[in-house]
Amino acid sequence: MPLSLEEVEHIATLARLELSAEEKTRYRQQLSAILDYFRKLQELDTTDIAPTSNVLSGGSPMRADESRPGLSRETLLENAPEVARGQFKIPPVFDA
Amino acid sequence: MPDLIDLTLTQTIAALRNGETSSRELTRACLERIEQLEPSLHAFLYLAADSASAQADAADRELTALRKANSQSPKTLLGIPIAIKDVLTVEGLPCTAGSKILEGFIPPFTATVVKRLQEAGAIVIGKTNTDEFAMGSSTENSAYGVTHNPWDTSRVPGGSSGGSAAAVAARLIPAALGTDTGGSVRQPASFCGVTGLKPTYGRVSRYGLVAYGSSLDCVGALGRTSEDVATLFQIMAGRDPLDATTAGAPVSKIEFVGADGRPPLRGLRIGVPQEYFVRGIQAEVEVGVRKAIGVLEGLGVEVHEISLPHTEYALPVYYIIAPAEASANLARYDGIRYGPRLDAESMWDIYYRTRGRKFGAEVERRIMLGTYALSAGYYEAYYGQAQKVRTLIKHDFEQAFEPSRCCAQVDAIAAPVAPTTAFPIGAHSDDPLAMYLEDVFTLPANLAGVPGLAFPVGFDGAGLPVGMQLMGKHFREDVLLRMAHAYQQVTDWHVRKPDL
Repeated sequence: MPLSLEEVEHIATLARLELSAEEKTRYRQQLSAILDYFRKLQELDTTDIAPTSNVLSGGSPMRADESRPGLSRETLLENAPEVARGQFKIPPVFDA
Repeated sequence: MPDLIDLTLTQTIAALRNGETSSRELTRACLERIEQLEPSLHAFLYLAADSASAQADAADRELTALRKANSQSPKTLLGIPIAIKDVLTVEGLPCTAGSKILEGFIPPFTATVVKRLQEAGAIVIGKTNTDEFAMGSSTENSAYGVTHNPWDTSRVPGGSSGGSAAAVAARLIPAALGTDTGGSVRQPASFCGVTGLKPTYGRVSRYGLVAYGSSLDCVGALGRTSEDVATLFQIMAGRDPLDATTAGAPVSKIEFVGADGRPPLRGLRIGVPQEYFVRGIQAEVEVGVRKAIGVLEGLGVEVHEISLPHTEYALPVYYIIAPAEASANLARYDGIRYGPRLDAESMWDIYYRTRGRKFGAEVERRIMLGTYALSAGYYEAYYGQAQKVRTLIKHDFEQAFEPSRCCAQVDAIAAPVAPTTAFPIGAHSDDPLAMYLEDVFTLPANLAGVPGLAFPVGFDGAGLPVGMQLMGKHFREDVLLRMAHAYQQVTDWHVRKPDL
């Protein structure tokens, strides 16, 4: 079992996921089995191999830095769970 | 004339142009069939019946005027209903990506690829079911219920584009869009007996696509024939200023008939990779694929045994890279700007609670896998190593497609799409790793960024479709589509219809 319960809790915190005790136990077992399978990759010597992050060789094209019309504030707020004074409303983020 | 729903996309376009049918009749035929079969299939998450009918009437007015003026519309798909996988946005229609975390979300803009089809005259009839955030191989991970395979409703349609594949196979719609990050167009196409194209990475715009694995995601098309898929592909493909990852490679017209009136296949070479015919593969799948390769050989294609030696590493590489990218892409779902919010005292608790309750189990697993693979102390061993092995997998394909000293140079690689035909609903529900193994033959094309085309080549003893895939060089979808088209001219697997 490569993952401890504490590690599962740490990952869930990093990923901002609230998990039940039952989910933690189940994910610990399932993720451990998957990570164990990933060890297969250590069979390969990749010392001189460059990593691939993009399969095409075109690179990143630049575009002209020009302003263009975007969606209106009203449109962007239409899907918001809570709105106040034309802005997304959230609870306080700083301790009082 | 045969039943409207039995016409291919190509035949439907012709029937509309010469006035044998109308867009209204066609749209109504699709909606009636959907109404009749949805209770047993559940291919759709949303139906846009009213707007589709209104657009059909508008298309009919345009078609009538053109016929009177004795001219042809430049809009290839004028009046044709299509379905869109629910991970692509269509302005004003709900987009859930199969997730509760996007329940009620109405996108304010349309994906470029959908817009291109609409500008070509297509009518969006609805949004099709998908595994949550396209993560899955069966549609069982949809938060809104599984889609059933039209050939046997106790089985999965494959996934994640299972709704689109089932809808095309059941003839609810002539064609549909899907997406393919690790096989999500090809595997359901194979399970449902339809033709599905995963284009080259960067070939089709992803503006308006709900992102999953950004170095892998491709938008593709599903239809009943290679010709139908080619028609959609040629409209969808090409550079988009709104997606900087799209490539500038020209999209040339695909010629299905050579100057001599025959399919232009002479001199083309197919490679058959030994690593795709391994223990564990269903015997009927291997037989079907080998027979199909024989048919292509009979049509003038040269066949060579080849090797893609790093194939067995594609699965662990993919299941590190895709979850790593997903963990970053899905950070945006936080209950603040769109989607539902579960209330809590602090903003941090809103994040934890909303995400913890609204993401399904497979999405949580992949977010956690990716978070772990990218976290301090593990990055090099997992993500770093996976990116390096990805280079080796890509190199395998380059060796096959480019002149080299060691082996034959080929134009396409023929292989099974999946180790088995469609499996029963629930078969892998408690074992995520067993489900991942379903993707073993489709993942390499995504990791290498090459195009892949799946099409039906037979049936197993239980009457379930067997599929084959052709993988090709970057930007050479035309070669794959031409080969499959030639195959479909001399076989009839693609015209078989499930008994529903």
